[in-house]
Order: sequence, then structure tokens, then C-alpha cells
Amino acid sequence: MSDIILETKGLTKHYGGVHALEDADFTLKHGEHVAIMGDNGAGKSTFVRQITGVEQRTRGTVTFNGEEVSFAGPLDAREAGIETVFQTLALADDLNVPDNLFLGREKTMWNWLGPFRRLDYKSMREDTMAGLVKTGVKIPNIRNTIANMSGGQRQCVAIARTATFASKLTIMDEPTAALGVQETAQVENIIRTLKDQGESLILVSHNMRQVFDLVDRIIVFRRGRIVANLNKEDTDGQDVVAYITGAKTGAEYEGAA
Amino acid sequence: MSENSDGVGGLTFDKSKRQWPNELNVFGALILIIIVFEVLGAIFVGQSLLFDTNDRFDSIFNEARLRIIIIQVAIIGIIALGVTQVIITAGIDLSSGSVVGATAMIAMSFAQVATVNGSPNPKAIFGEWALDLPWIIPVFVGLSVGFIAGMVNGILVAYSRIPPFIATLGMMLFARGVAQWWSLGNPVSFPTEAYTKIGAGMMPVIIFLSLAVLFHFIMNYTVYGKHTYAIGSNEQAARMSGINVPRHLVLVYVIAGMLAGLAAVILTSKNLTAQSGMGLTYELEAIAMAVIGGVSLFGGRGSIIGTVIGALIIGVITSGFTFLRLGAFYQEMVLGMIIVGAVALDQWQQQRAAARA
Repeated sequence: MSDIILETKGLTKHYGGVHALEDADFTLKHGEHVAIMGDNGAGKSTFVRQITGVEQRTRGTVTFNGEEVSFAGPLDAREAGIETVFQTLALADDLNVPDNLFLGREKTMWNWLGPFRRLDYKSMREDTMAGLVKTGVKIPNIRNTIANMSGGQRQCVAIARTATFASKLTIMDEPTAALGVQETAQVENIIRTLKDQGESLILVSHNMRQVFDLVDRIIVFRRGRIVANLNKEDTDGQDVVAYITGAKTGAEYEGAA
Repeated sequence: MSENSDGVGGLTFDKSKRQWPNELNVFGALILIIIVFEVLGAIFVGQSLLFDTNDRFDSIFNEARLRIIIIQVAIIGIIALGVTQVIITAGIDLSSGSVVGATAMIAMSFAQVATVNGSPNPKAIFGEWALDLPWIIPVFVGLSVGFIAGMVNGILVAYSRIPPFIATLGMMLFARGVAQWWSLGNPVSFPTEAYTKIGAGMMPVIIFLSLAVLFHFIMNYTVYGKHTYAIGSNEQAARMSGINVPRHLVLVYVIAGMLAGLAAVILTSKNLTAQSGMGLTYELEAIAMAVIGGVSLFGGRGSIIGTVIGALIIGVITSGFTFLRLGAFYQEMVLGMIIVGAVALDQWQQQRAAARA
């Protein structure tokens, strides 16, 4: 097995006449944390949606874990081992923490009952606790519904899904955009924990400080194209801003944008 | 990261965030309403509503009235069990009353006897082949009619994305039309003896409570129940979690339709006749039971236990007004206020929870 977990070649998405994503070539190594930056509408979220099967790409290939894949939907991607923390939290407010973690893939007993098969609450609670311990997420009472939790706690629950299901790749789309300082710090701690555990991560973020704190490599999108691929050590904030705004374009991407 | 067990980043355990089951509030409301009637009863009519003050029964309760209270809500209560599930998905079912009407007419047509007082049944809908059939056949027919109505509702709601209010409003009118067309407005009467036993005596109550226990288990301990709550809570999240939302919605509406069909069977069996106007406004009473029982019209919240208590509240109020010798119009006014109050309370709780988060 190669050390590359995810590779895209010529990944393209058109919405009618709008070229939201054009020829994106991207690789991610095992255990690597990569940030995707860019202005609004630069194609970051579109890129994520093609990988996670939320949308179907117009063109190009996606290779995940050594195999070329074509996910029909987000569930397929999740089953293959890609966990996504969406910008809009995909949590059901009236359910508690284990229910949300296991939504759509519940542990069950009496499976001959079909849709009326029984939930194995005990086992799901134990796995939830294990997942929370692994990520360092602490929640006062996992039996509380999400509606009773703060924004930071909700985000932590969403992230804890990753750890609970031993995923191969985690994608976070602006995980701290709506959070306060303290809650942001908590989410960042969890991301560091994931790094220590060798989880691969794609982080979509606008927050320069956060990106430089957390990741190994920065990919910059502009107008639907990748315009820079920078190692954290070889760049700084100003440099990245230059790429984002279009003042600079990476040597290997000349003529692309 | 700190290792203190209370949590990090300000996540200390907050006792006020511990959850108080909503069913207890509803139960408290039931007790309160009973107390009000007891006090009013003692003052104005010199009697107790629920207790056996005249020593007519062996127990301390007025058993006759208790029985009436629960029998009168049992049949609509069965419908309310299905309506509860529909509302938890953030839907609504306005068709259940009319489905009762249509099912009553159709099912009863297969439950008729061949001879009445020695002469052929004057009300027979079909020829001899449909007379004196075993009781299981009209029951099966009744459930099938409910199944079909629920299936149509479910498909309209889940796949055509017509709002549940409109889809089931259409079914409400359609099914009432079917009920009237079936025998051109004539009642269908003279059921077989076996059929009349289904709804006799306490049978409606036994069936209602058994189904309530069954659906309480299903809603709380099965994948079906969990997905029902998830869809009502956040349909997008449910879809992204890989739940087949349309298929699940069809199942929910089918169950609601079949429960309405079953209610029609019990009702006709109890009344010994089927009329095209049967079940009129039942859908609204069933919705009222659910709403008073704490089921949120916004979806995601509520329970079978809550709906059963909601049904009892309606039963107590209905009996209570008769007991106080007050006209039925007062009763409807008060019920109207209670329903609006229950929804207002739900809104207020929702907003408070949102403000806290």
C-alpha cells in the first residue's frame, strides 16, 4: 500500500455554465493534515462535496486508499472511511449524543424484525464514551439532547463521530466558524489529538492563525482552481494571502488561473 | 488538556441542563384538571368526579365513570397513536377521520349476516358471497383500506414533496367522498355476531392500551422510532446520515392509515352499523390528544405516553363537563383554549432552549 490516502486527478465540477471546480489535482498522505484556503466561492466546498459524494463530479478521478472510487452518496463515502464534519451541523437536535453518533448506522439486535429491529443502546453508549475519550471531548451528560448543548459542544459531538468510527480520513468544513474563543480552542485541541493519533485530515478554514497552528500543508483555491500547494515551513500568512487574492500564483500552476 | 472530570473549556456539569421528562408535566396537568373538577364538583354538585363517595362500588373510585372516560377516548386514541408518529416526523395527518368513514363502510360490507330475523338481510351490499364471512375478513379488509390510504398519503408527502397538510387534506376529502359513494349514503348494518365482539365492552380500551404499549416500545427502542424522531428533528441530517427518508415517511403514514382503519373496524363493531359520516372531526381530536400530550408540531419531540395522557385529559374534561351539568359548548371552548395553550407552551419551551444554547 502506498502512503497516499487520497488523490484526485482533473477533478472538475460544472453547475450548468458555472465552472465551480476545474482540474483539481490533489494528494494527501497518511496522517497528514492539510488545510484548504481560498475566498468565498473559490471552490473549497465544491471540492469537498465531490470527494464526499454529496455531489457527483463532472469529470476527473478520485482515488481513496489505493482504489479508484465513485461514491453515490455521503453514506458510501462514510462507509469507505471518510468522515465529514459539515459546515451546517448534521445533528438531530432532539436526539442525544450516542443517537446522533450512530444515526443511520445504529447497532442493533433482533435484526429479523427489519425496520423494527431493536437498538443496542448499551453498546452504542460504550462506543460513544470510548470515542469521546479518544478525542478528549468532554460532555457533561451524553444522554442530554443536542438541543441543550452549546455550539462548541455540538461541534465536538460532530467531530467525535470521526473517532468513534475509526475513519481513515476526516474532512472538516469550517469547524470553528460559528464558535467563541474558548470553544474554538477546544475544537483545535481535538484536531491536535487526531494528529497525534495519525488521522488524516482536510481542514477547510478561513482562519490563518488556526491553519498555521494545526496543519502541515496549505492548498489555496482561487476561482475554482488550485493555485498553490505550500508547505507550512516555506510560507507565511502574507504569502498565503497573496495567493488567495490572486497577487501570486504557484509556479507549477502558472496559466491555470 | 486538563483531566478534570467536570469537562474542559467551561464545560462544567450544569444541573439545570439535566432533562425533566415532558410527560411528567403533562401528567401534572392531568392531575391539576382532575383536582379542579373535584373542587368544582364538591362546591356545585356535591359529588366527586372520580371517587366513589356514594359507596356504590367496591373500590374507592367511581368505576363507572372511569370506564366511560377511557372507553370514549379509546377509539380516537388508537388513531392518535398513528397521528403522534406522523407529527413527530414534522408532518400532519388530516385524513384519519375520513379514512375511518371510508373504512367503516367498506369493512362493514364484508361483515354482514345473511339473514335477519329469518328473512334475507335487507341492507346487504354485495351478493351472498360476501355474507356470513368469518370476522377476520372484514378486519383484513379494514386494515387494507387504511393501508392503501396511508400509502397514498405517504407517497404524496415523501416523493412529490406536496406539504403533508395539503396531501392529507386531499385524502380527507377523497376518503369522505368514497364513504358517501360506497352505498350512496345508506348505512351498512347487521354485522355477524363474531364481528360485534371486536368492539364490545372494554375491548376498545384493551386494544388501545396494548397498541400504546407496543408503539411505546417501537418508538423508544427500535431503529424505526429513532429514525422517526431524527427525521422530525432535522430532516437534512437524517438524509446525510444515510436514512432513506422517503421510504421511512411512507412507512409512518402507512402505520397511521392502518391504525385509522383498525379504529373504524372497532367503531363499526361497537355501533353495529357503518355510516358515511363516521369519524367526522376524529382527525382533529386525535391531533388534539397528541398536542395536549406534548407532541411538538415542529417535529422531533413527543411520545406515545404523552399522547395517552393527552387522551385521558380530553376524556376527563368531556366527562367533567357532563358531571358539572354544563353544556357541551363550554367544553369545546375550554378544549380549544387548552390546545392553543399547549402549543404556546411548546413554543415557549423551544425558544427558551434556543436561548440557552
